Amino acid sequence: MSIERKVLAVASGGGHWVQLMRLKPLFEGMKVEFLTTDAAYSAEVGKPVLVVRDANMWDKAGLAVMFLQVALTVIKVRPDVVITTGAAPGFAALLFGRLIGAKTVWIDSIANSEMLSSSGSHARRFADLWLTQWEHLATPQGPYFMGSVL
Amino acid sequence: MIFVTVGTQLPFDRLIQAVDGWAGDNPGAEVFAQIGPTELRPRHLESVAFLKPDQADRLFRTATLVISHAGMGSIITSLKYRKPLLIVPRMASLGEHRNDHQLATAKWLGSRSGISVAWSEEEVPALIDGLLHSSQAGEISDYADPQFIARLRNAIF
Repeated sequence: MSIERKVLAVASGGGHWVQLMRLKPLFEGMKVEFLTTDAAYSAEVGKPVLVVRDANMWDKAGLAVMFLQVALTVIKVRPDVVITTGAAPGFAALLFGRLIGAKTVWIDSIANSEMLSSSGSHARRFADLWLTQWEHLATPQGPYFMGSVL
Repeated sequence: MIFVTVGTQLPFDRLIQAVDGWAGDNPGAEVFAQIGPTELRPRHLESVAFLKPDQADRLFRTATLVISHAGMGSIITSLKYRKPLLIVPRMASLGEHRNDHQLATAKWLGSRSGISVAWSEEEVPALIDGLLHSSQAGEISDYADPQFIARLRNAIF
């Protein structure tokens, strides 16, 4: 168990990113790269963030470009761990992370208090650790509950 | 300054029109709104479609009151800077979002100190008046629950 393991932390801009930033202490002592949808977030983490196009399920062309960008990023970074608070770019990173053998963690947004997000439901297949931030949404078969960012 | 924000994705004209109406009745008030991709052109307040993260951050920090959709980014950032916050949940029935998760968020967080909820646009003006006279700021820890972080660390590394 090396503390030198490389982490790719992924969140699209806005609320997903704000939730990822609440987990900053998790990355202390780790080699971490941040992947998001806006280069301006670099200021918040004190290093250049990796950037992909923002896209959702209703923008198929954008999704294709974004998935390709995420795949190239994952190949370049070769993370040992991929952790994401969503949404679509996080799902893509989980998928490609799993393909290269990284440990993958999905933390569904705390905004989804009544049901898991659609990307969160799809993430089940690719997440080693599949989490909701709501205890009442957890089931013995997952998603699991370990706490929340708030 | 009152900072109004609809978040990084979708417009929310119902919220902007309600605040614009209030601003028309209160010409001395300084209101700045981030309104998203919309045809709407507010008449009584300054607005932009989107803000860079550092610009948004500065507006959150300098605001006396924040008014926003019930999105977690706006809510967590307002709490972080201890700003009184008025949230208006987006409704799927009005085409404002894909589902009603913001209604659930508003029910969950509406009772938290420093957060008020306008369940309809009609409630917005009176709530702004009230919050400008006596408002309580919310607060939040700097980071997620240390226990959550410790559990994640154990599970991952």
